[in-house]
Amino acid sequence: MAKTDVKVLGAWPSPFVMRPRIALNLKSVEYEFLEETFGSKSPLLLQSNPVYKKIPVLIHQDKPICESLIIVQYVDEVWASGPSLLPSDPYDQALARFWAAYIDDKWFPSVRGIALPQGEEGKAELMVQVFEGLALLEDAFDKCSQGKAFFGGDKIGYVDIALGSFLGWLKATEKMNNVKLLDETKNPNLVGWAERFCSHDAVREVMPETDKLVEFAKMLRARFKAPAS
Amino acid sequence: MEEVKLHGAWPSPFSYRIIWALQLKGIPYEYVEEDLSNKSSLLLQYNPVHRKIPVFLHGGKPVCESMVILEYIEEVWPNNPLLPNDPNERAVARFWAKFADDKGLSMWKMFRTEGNEQEKARTECQEMLRQLEEHWPAGKKFFGGGSIGMVDIALGGVAHWLPVIEEIVGVNILDPLAFPKLLKWIYNFKEEPIIKQNLPDQNEMFLFLKKQREILFLSP
Repeated sequence: MAKTDVKVLGAWPSPFVMRPRIALNLKSVEYEFLEETFGSKSPLLLQSNPVYKKIPVLIHQDKPICESLIIVQYVDEVWASGPSLLPSDPYDQALARFWAAYIDDKWFPSVRGIALPQGEEGKAELMVQVFEGLALLEDAFDKCSQGKAFFGGDKIGYVDIALGSFLGWLKATEKMNNVKLLDETKNPNLVGWAERFCSHDAVREVMPETDKLVEFAKMLRARFKAPAS
Repeated sequence: MEEVKLHGAWPSPFSYRIIWALQLKGIPYEYVEEDLSNKSSLLLQYNPVHRKIPVFLHGGKPVCESMVILEYIEEVWPNNPLLPNDPNERAVARFWAKFADDKGLSMWKMFRTEGNEQEKARTECQEMLRQLEEHWPAGKKFFGGGSIGMVDIALGGVAHWLPVIEEIVGVNILDPLAFPKLLKWIYNFKEEPIIKQNLPDQNEMFLFLKKQREILFLSP
């Protein structure tokens, strides 16, 4: 398939953009990465995702697919000859979908909330939520991995991609708030998994460096504090 | 066939999503009504993370979260499919089902709030309907085509619950002049025999939800 047949519209700091890129890498599918300029949205983006106007968007044979986990499922179905991203067993598949939804709807919003301006009490409450979530995910890893390296078993799968894409921002949040969220004593499974995930061939090149994310977050904060001109 | 059970609650559109899917596919199941003011220990055991209905049990194994349950049912019982075959069309259907699921929450926010917060929820709800109307697939009776699919099921709350919420809260969003395609779909959806036979009584729902809202604003 020609390289330009598959395009990903995105931006390097976005955890959601990482997801289709990891999926395509795992399937050994070549694609063109079109980086959006921060602060503006390209005509192609607005045309491809008129409902949300957000990245990532996958464009395959000129047809856009939106929403990161929907894109991952699409990649899994289209390039079915590559390694499966979703489990084949329907019940395991349902568990994978359940945990991915939990990560997106409940867990990551707590992590992201820590970065928002608020009092110490608000922050502490969010941290409790993050820790509780990690405890659940530690347990989920045990059940899903069945003693293997990833949530998906021997290979990176759907839940690995869903959770792993947030590791950059998790580390950046730890650094900016001088706190350890992912702790070896509390989450030994997840700590081991995180190292394996981040060093995987399909992930390494698209995982942003923690320091760069911290810089980016500082820039964002400054921008939103600056008075309107 | 392994035992199929659904723990649900009669006022819940999320519960009905599963009922519709099971009925459309002709899957026999046992229904267990949960009292949401007094959740059973079984429910808390099956869904420790969210403690919510619906919970779907297949051979004793629980599946939680209505959209996850729908995908599971589709996977295990592929007859009378709720999703298209073509991967691109499936992705589009999943996109709109997720849109309906995420944005549909705005009607419940509208129900639970008042003042500025409610106004904000009302705007969100209106925007959701506007997007649906704008992107509605041309010439299709249902979003799924000739038959009901996952998107239609996900939108069930808009069809049958939003009118009740509108009445309780005193707003009028479902304007036939603003949303002709959507209103036509609502009519077709609710007239479809399987849906028609599986809807909670709107009067009973009105009384129940009205009381719920009163309780909400009574609490100190």
